[in-house]
Amino acid sequence: MSFATGQRVRVSARAHRGHHRTPGYLKGRSGTIERRHGAFTNPEKRAYGSDGLPEQELYLVGFEQGDVWPGYSGKRDDRIYADVFEHWLEAE
Amino acid sequence: MSDHEHDHDHPHAPITNGDEPTAAARARALEELLVEKGVIAREDVRREVDLLVSRSPADGAKLVARAWVDQDFKERLLADARSAALELGLDPGPSPVVVALENTDDVHNMVVCTLCSCYPRALLGPPPDWYKSLPYRSRAVSDPRGVLDEFGLELEEDVELRVFDSTADIRYLVIPRRPAGMESLGEDELAALVTRDSMIGVAEPVAPATAGAR
Repeated sequence: MSFATGQRVRVSARAHRGHHRTPGYLKGRSGTIERRHGAFTNPEKRAYGSDGLPEQELYLVGFEQGDVWPGYSGKRDDRIYADVFEHWLEAE
Repeated sequence: MSDHEHDHDHPHAPITNGDEPTAAARARALEELLVEKGVIAREDVRREVDLLVSRSPADGAKLVARAWVDQDFKERLLADARSAALELGLDPGPSPVVVALENTDDVHNMVVCTLCSCYPRALLGPPPDWYKSLPYRSRAVSDPRGVLDEFGLELEEDVELRVFDSTADIRYLVIPRRPAGMESLGEDELAALVTRDSMIGVAEPVAPATAGAR
């Protein structure tokens, strides 16, 4: 599955033992695909000496701060962006 | 840039082996083991460290100043910062994708790496210590306006704040707003106004009066 720019996605809330680069504060949060960066080696494999293949699609995902932090004190329109690998994203 | 330039404010102890910080001892033990096993040579480590500390925010500042004076270049920079850096003869570093984020009157961008210390080192030099600190890494995402306040940057109420968490292979660089009233300055003089912190998004470029006094 791949995602298109503008598509709504949710970051998987699953736990993961070992190195991974999906920040905990975004797990289970919904956002929008802002940009497709291309395919990159998987850091979850590379961290343990593997070549990190197969490559995974990497996306810039944008979130509303108010959706990420329920008590967010800044402006409602403020946004936070992170790069998330495809296998951590679910279509919404 | 001196290899001794950093921001923490404690007085420096002399270099000794007596009370080596834990992280330094760990790094040294790893290095010794890797050299002993033939994975790397000591020369490799020295060369990489030399390369890292040889870089400075001056390269990033050249990109910003060119973007300020050349609209076409700015568009190429926003479309593909890696290619734009190469166009100016600058090394964008090993990251396959470098993204430039433009600050405007309506949008302010700032960059953090919550998971470690990802940073466009090739274009900005080594990151400041606060960038790697746990308080910045946690609060830049949860209370970014509070963090900016502490840096002395109070955003207008109606400005949209965008925080970029560098969680993977991409490196992010902020193009700050060009200071007003600087029409007479040339590109090199403009570049001198562009600070490291303004390219992380926690400060504005140096105010003209301050810059003039330097």
